[in-house]
Amino acid sequence: MKPTTRYGRLAWLTPWLYLAVPLALLVTFTYVPVGAMLSYSLTDWDGVSPDREFVGVDNYVALFTRPELFKVFVVSLYYLVASVVQIGVALYFAAVLTFRTRFRNLFKGILFFPYLVNGVAVAFVFLYFFRRGGTLDTVLGLFGVADGPFWLGDRDIVNISLSGVSVWRFAGLNFVLFLGAMQSIPQELHEAAELDGAGRWQVFRHIIAPGIRPVIGLSVILAVSGSLSVFEIPYIMTGGAGGSLTFVIQTVKLAFQFNKTGLASAAAVVLLALILLITWAQRRLVPDERRSAA
Amino acid sequence: MRRKALIGALAALTLAVAGCGGDDDPGGSTEALSPADPAAVQGEITVLTNRTDLVTDGTMKRYADEFTKVYPGVTVKFEAITDYEGEVKIRMNTDNYGDVLLIPNTIAVGDYPKFFAGLGSAADVSGKYLFTSKTTVDYKVYGVASFAASNGFVYNKDVWARAGVTDWPTTPDEFLADLAAVKAKTDATPYYTNYKDGWPLTAWSNVVGSVTCDAGANDKLASASDPWASGSDLGVGDRLLYDIVDRDLAEPDPSTTNWEDSKGLLATGKIATMWLGSWAVTQMRDAAEKAGTSPDSIGFMPFPTQVGGKYCAVLAPDYFYAVNVHSAKKAAARAWVDWVLDTSGFADDNEAVSSLKGAPMPAPLTPFTDAGVSFIELSQAKTATVNEIDNASEVGLTTPDYRQRLVDVARGAAPGDADSVLAELAGKWSEAAKLAGS
Repeated sequence: MKPTTRYGRLAWLTPWLYLAVPLALLVTFTYVPVGAMLSYSLTDWDGVSPDREFVGVDNYVALFTRPELFKVFVVSLYYLVASVVQIGVALYFAAVLTFRTRFRNLFKGILFFPYLVNGVAVAFVFLYFFRRGGTLDTVLGLFGVADGPFWLGDRDIVNISLSGVSVWRFAGLNFVLFLGAMQSIPQELHEAAELDGAGRWQVFRHIIAPGIRPVIGLSVILAVSGSLSVFEIPYIMTGGAGGSLTFVIQTVKLAFQFNKTGLASAAAVVLLALILLITWAQRRLVPDERRSAA
Repeated sequence: MRRKALIGALAALTLAVAGCGGDDDPGGSTEALSPADPAAVQGEITVLTNRTDLVTDGTMKRYADEFTKVYPGVTVKFEAITDYEGEVKIRMNTDNYGDVLLIPNTIAVGDYPKFFAGLGSAADVSGKYLFTSKTTVDYKVYGVASFAASNGFVYNKDVWARAGVTDWPTTPDEFLADLAAVKAKTDATPYYTNYKDGWPLTAWSNVVGSVTCDAGANDKLASASDPWASGSDLGVGDRLLYDIVDRDLAEPDPSTTNWEDSKGLLATGKIATMWLGSWAVTQMRDAAEKAGTSPDSIGFMPFPTQVGGKYCAVLAPDYFYAVNVHSAKKAAARAWVDWVLDTSGFADDNEAVSSLKGAPMPAPLTPFTDAGVSFIELSQAKTATVNEIDNASEVGLTTPDYRQRLVDVARGAAPGDADSVLAELAGKWSEAAKLAGS
């Protein structure tokens, strides 16, 4: 391919010009910090001091010789189970609302609303919700349950409470993704199915589910990486106390409470690698069919 | 080919940006000495403060106006920062962190000369101000305490009186018995941990020195093999906290406590006792006024141990003022520090202990002075090592984590008992202490 005109010679530049701003932002705010994090993870930096010493892979060795640092991933299991529930709930509502339903837009709004609320506000609302004599206890009281457990104070329950909040907050996002995908399924398919006498479940099983498979795959990847890196809600609601410590909260504590920025960066790199690995494995196990119609 | 060039350029840019940020060029002198002639001091200075409330309500502006009457050439600008620790710590990676600032707690003492201007020799400055041993590096002082406070139990006198207790307990056991009386005879929560907000639990670290009445208690942590041994400061303090929770004398659900609410609850007698700094007395009195109860019902008592028949209370400094070593207006910055400490009456206005030697005790501590409590100032000579051990061991004397765990264990929400938790902490501590300073 040989450019002939003056305009032609510069033509290769046009797409890059369009990309310049987003690329600059991406590099500045994603790749440079990640690069810096990688370099910190090889030093003993305390996060403030102008001096730092190169220590090679010492931080990684320290990390992997302390198995208790990885025990917190047990907490992630709660969130993983919760995200299964979350995807189920979102699928259910999306399937119901693709069909003509009364007050359809109102319900869409109600379901999506929690996702729009700021995470800090959500955390504070649920602090009042879960406290002794708070909203949840009052509602349960109406049904005659007098002495509920300490929703955030009981080691066996705290993670269920917190992952419940996370379901409440993020189901709306999954719901909107699913709904959008479902509505892109041609109406004719539905009509044909109806003529053939298919029931709701059959329509869902054989038309909707295959039609939105890529979106479900994406949601599962987001759910897995989300459960490994839970932070906001438990950090604000419990600060990681009482058995609700997650890997990211632990990393933040290492970096900002104990000034082990090097070790914390190494932990962050390990988490990144772990998520990439799981995503890769998942794509290998459940590959996306390449479809011409995107 | 061209594409490769572009990618190369991007990579170079990445490296260039990553390479930035380590620029240390200390402009001019590294000393900020008191100016001799107020009229000759010129310039605009920026003062970083954590007191957002005082900046918003104009109090700081009034101090600045008073200041410019003495130093007409200086203009003072304030920058109030809500998350002071977190934000200033990160800003200190650059040269731009104000002219006068409060030293963030995470800065290692050994690094002070890299960040702050010297304020004079240890001999000179320590003659005038308390607490300078904490900020002295190589016989030079780098920071002066803004004010100090003493820790004690803030309590509601009416509730304690209703429980039949009028005299301060003299031993931890007596204290526990008194709390039990409060529980039996009133409907108040005898003790409130403020577990959820966390920082009130860190105040328990301030028992160091008060229990054994030993000014060297803090330095001893640097070489202690077991800081939680029975009879030691932390051992007695943390076991008392454990027993309070273990005997159901604290709030039933610590995981949903709320600091702002707790002030009103103490003022109205729904909470009987909390371990806090003397600064909290002022806030509790305000809360009492707001709730329509008498501010005089707020009492303050020292830690329930006596050495030689006397209670002991440690005076603990709050943030230290320092001058940025990169500041171009060090004279004006130092003038502000001097004026705030010596003339402004800032400590008095906040009912805090002034760091000026020989200043009278503030109102919240009059119960202590009346009862003849002896005040001690902890030696901070080995604070740097103590902090190093604390961080290396991840014990976290200044973080709420281990006490939250202790409370969890005490209320049966986590396995173990006081001895197992404290022994584990001691193990981590002594392990790190062996490596420290090597």
